[in-house]
Amino acid sequence: MADKEVDARGLNCPLPILRAKKALNSLQSGQTLRIVATDPGSVKDFQAFSKQTGNEMLESSEANGEFMFILKKA
Amino acid sequence: MADTKKMALIATKGTLDWAYPPFILASTAAALGYEVQIFFTFYGLQLLKKKLSLKISPLGNPGMPMPLGMHKWFPVLGTAIPGMESVMTAMMKSKMKTKGIATIEELRDICLESEVKLIACQMTVDLFDFTRNDLIDGIDYGGAAMFMEFAGDSDVSLFI
Repeated sequence: MADKEVDARGLNCPLPILRAKKALNSLQSGQTLRIVATDPGSVKDFQAFSKQTGNEMLESSEANGEFMFILKKA
Repeated sequence: MADTKKMALIATKGTLDWAYPPFILASTAAALGYEVQIFFTFYGLQLLKKKLSLKISPLGNPGMPMPLGMHKWFPVLGTAIPGMESVMTAMMKSKMKTKGIATIEELRDICLESEVKLIACQMTVDLFDFTRNDLIDGIDYGGAAMFMEFAGDSDVSLFI
């Protein structure tokens, strides 16, 4: 179970990233955030977000047109 | 922090479509940890108005897709009919809503929350007879030298 969850389904670029960033701000280092999105562009965007911010991507998966990511707050 | 990346944008356009790039890039860059400034000049000042009334215009824009493939046959002069801008703007806004695209107000608020520095070009504020009361609170006013001080030290600098 992640410590927090962001439902970004139906949202388009750059909202999933912005919502995730906002949610991360409320977490402590080491806590995890689960994001669910439907924007296909979010896959590359979250990889880039993780790489640039240092918040590690623990999981990235796709099922039924939904993309799921788990980030660990740096 | 000395190692914080910086992005400097110049926003010069005052239509709904062109309002997106500066606010999308600025809000995203801020989320990535960049320090961001946007310098709004000429028509870009419309993006700082308290009450936004941004429109799109099909006039002189052959690249704009229209519903039902209208862009393929609709006469160019027809796009100059009074009211056409409002109709096209309403259609665009409703389409954006169905696609889950943020509103400009929403992106602008996120920029302010994430401490993106918004700067209104004082010269064009004067030129257009705007007052500080026409524009949102929490912004700065300045000139080219002020922008260059930040831009000269930036990693990304774009003119939009």
